Amino acid sequence: MSDQRYTGPSGAHADDADGRIQPAGAAGSGDVEATDSHDGELAQQWSNPGLPAHIYRRSDVDPKAAQRREREVAALFGISTLGTVLFIVAYFAIKPGGEDFLEEVSLSTKLLGLGLGLSLFCIGAGAIHWAKTLMPDDEIVNERKPMRSSDEDRAAAVASLKEGAAGVALGRRKLIRNSLLGALAPLGLVALIPLRDLGPLPGASLTGTWWKAGRRLVTDPTGRPIKAADVPIGTVIHVQPEGIENSEHPLDERAKATTLVIRLEPDEIQDQKERDWSVDGIVAYSKVCTHVGCPVGLYEQQTHHLLCPCHQSTFDVTRDCAVIFGPAARPLPQLPLDVDDEGYLVSRSDFEEPIGPSYWERG
Amino acid sequence: MALEQIAGKTANEIDERFGSANFVKRSAKKVFPDHWSFLLGEIALYSFIVLLLTGVFLTLWFKPSHMEVVYEGSYVPLHGLHMSEAYASTLEISFDVRGGLIIRQIHHWAALIFVAAMIVHMCRVFFTGAFRKPRETNWIIGFILITLSFIEGLAGYSLPDDLLSGTGLRITEGVLLSLPVVGTYLSFFLFGGEFPGEDIIPRLYVAHVLLIPGIFLALITVHVILVWYQKHTQYPLPGRTETNAVGYPFYPVYIAKAGGFFFIVFGVTTLLSAFASINPVWLFGPYNPGEISAGSQPDWYMGFLEGALRLFPNWEIAAFGFTVPLNVLAPALIIPGLLFTPMAIYPFLERWVTGDNNEHHLLDRPRNVPTRTGLGVMALITWLILLAAGANDVLAVTFDMSINTITWIFRVAIFVVPPLAYLVTKRICLGLQRRDRELVLHGRETGRIVRLPHGEMIEVHEPISDAEKWALTQHTVHRPAEVGPATDANGVPRRRIMLAKARARVSRFYFEDRVETPTPADARELEGSEHH
Repeated sequence: MSDQRYTGPSGAHADDADGRIQPAGAAGSGDVEATDSHDGELAQQWSNPGLPAHIYRRSDVDPKAAQRREREVAALFGISTLGTVLFIVAYFAIKPGGEDFLEEVSLSTKLLGLGLGLSLFCIGAGAIHWAKTLMPDDEIVNERKPMRSSDEDRAAAVASLKEGAAGVALGRRKLIRNSLLGALAPLGLVALIPLRDLGPLPGASLTGTWWKAGRRLVTDPTGRPIKAADVPIGTVIHVQPEGIENSEHPLDERAKATTLVIRLEPDEIQDQKERDWSVDGIVAYSKVCTHVGCPVGLYEQQTHHLLCPCHQSTFDVTRDCAVIFGPAARPLPQLPLDVDDEGYLVSRSDFEEPIGPSYWERG
Repeated sequence: MALEQIAGKTANEIDERFGSANFVKRSAKKVFPDHWSFLLGEIALYSFIVLLLTGVFLTLWFKPSHMEVVYEGSYVPLHGLHMSEAYASTLEISFDVRGGLIIRQIHHWAALIFVAAMIVHMCRVFFTGAFRKPRETNWIIGFILITLSFIEGLAGYSLPDDLLSGTGLRITEGVLLSLPVVGTYLSFFLFGGEFPGEDIIPRLYVAHVLLIPGIFLALITVHVILVWYQKHTQYPLPGRTETNAVGYPFYPVYIAKAGGFFFIVFGVTTLLSAFASINPVWLFGPYNPGEISAGSQPDWYMGFLEGALRLFPNWEIAAFGFTVPLNVLAPALIIPGLLFTPMAIYPFLERWVTGDNNEHHLLDRPRNVPTRTGLGVMALITWLILLAAGANDVLAVTFDMSINTITWIFRVAIFVVPPLAYLVTKRICLGLQRRDRELVLHGRETGRIVRLPHGEMIEVHEPISDAEKWALTQHTVHRPAEVGPATDANGVPRRRIMLAKARARVSRFYFEDRVETPTPADARELEGSEHH
């Protein structure tokens, strides 16, 4: 049983003369030994009392208890099998697709999950119950060796490395060393350069949207043009430029061009530019938040505030969508409006500044 | 008998080829110290295996494609809608593949548990000092695993291309754009052009199912091999020392317990997934860059970033024709950097402060290292405040409060609460240490009051056992490092004196307040004074 012995704590606080700690009970209370070392001085520390005496479990001493544990483990494994059966039965018995489709999906999911869950859980519970109650529970002791290698091993390792290095003699053969470095160093470029075609360069594509002079505003997603007279006060309409589905990348263009149309009482508008760019109190603002680009989807009719549901930036529509709360730094860009000959709302031009989140080149 | 013969024959064949008997001889009785807190890392490991298993299942049906299709599957409310193949195939898995929904839900729940278990495991390792020499490498690996898991999770929940996940990607784009100089380029390279483009889902897919899991697998393997090779730490209980490992043998007890625990983790995750719906993408609808729903929340582990984005003031610097959106750059990159960099280098930082070059296999009780524990709680509280701030809209609705008020409360709290938490934690630790000291010197209060003949009333204290005395006093109490003389023996000014001074200052911060462990001498002296 040599692996059952262990040494005392090493380092500054080693106390016992021979560095060994006796298991509890072997040396009486341990108190005398701990406090009085051989030269009569008091020890610096109480010594490690060693492993406590082993406590036997019911199942170790009572065969009947052990049998009960065995049956419990078997019962858990049995429930696991039943769980698997439930899973298989549920899989074949329920094929969602009838009248109450969603309820069938829900029932199927619950039964499959219950079956599989029981099946897995009970295997685990059984194994652990088995390990804890029936497998040997004597704690054993392994010695730890310091991670550091012995001095001889270290010296031998250094010697072989030096021997190898001497054979390679990179220090002497500078030509080989330098040319090898010259060959390896640029190799990383081979991995990097082909990544160039991951995407086009940004260029000016972030500065403009698909809005331009005379484009009709159409509702999103139904695509109906909007008559100025048909916009009730207090409503908010989500719009896109007409014909955007014919653009080269409709999804990308829609992401940039998405715009909100709101009708205010004309005298509620407090900003001159905002009034100039409006039609009968109808104003249009980019729906893309100037913080990180979420759609500014919530309009508070009473206060005329637009709220971004992502990070709660709040914009005041009556004051040219100035930021009144939250992390956005800039107002939402306004789209200048006009009415065409048939009375439909059109844009007078594109947004005059880049929409959406700020970026380095934005200026 | 026959079974034994087959086993013997097989073992012989294996050993003749791999010499495995030597390994088995050494490893069968390898000790694994036991404690409930050592199971936290196991939960993470097993959740990862669950993720691999369920993930493979999902790939059999999922189509990582932006191709636009018209939905005609079983879920009637979305019939006729245009959507990406990614979203349509997620609906197919949920509704048309039997058992698909339960597997999807297990996958998502396991992901949440995986990250949570890693973080709680990291807290255990931190507060018990398990990261100390020789285990710094495993701390770094764990740190990389946790940070990678955020990216892996983000990539994963972005794949279904539903309205919620698209919003997450939109925010990711906004964050990338905020980077000075390279922001737009990185964004265009990631998305293959403008947002949302038609490349992001296949790219996230390969990162999510191949690249990052591959790195995970490699790092987790090294992590576990190091635990095996360096042997697990243990709590300072009687019989445990710095030079031994006490516990149950690997075979059979540990295999049965750990293997059983895998099934328990898998089983509990499955039961959770059976009864608690998660990420019902069919309710969110397909992604449309112009739409959003209120109460958009990322998965919980991204919450601290979301909170930082919500709290940071709307500062933006525009000068010399360039813009630096501090309101995005700072919360999304600088604040996480301030939170995570000290965490990554902490083992080295503490070793520099203590100058302790010893191996440590006995764990610290958190109270015995008050400054470390205080700093850990401070970091944790900071992170939790950010996490809570990420749900400020949900809190506003739940508690019927103004969102502006809540945001301001968090803005103040982030500066006030963490330092307070540090101070309070440190004081609690020192108080607990004093209590331990009292216990060792005076014993336990029994509640029994005795009246002495001359009328004095005293409470009888019962001495604690030597095992308990040892457990409460076995730790080392560090003292502040000295700067030392400014000149050496020859009067030449010492080099790097500034560094020594800095170290002395930090060391004082760490160890100025301390409770000395009582020694048997103290006890003897006290005994003497009480008796006379």
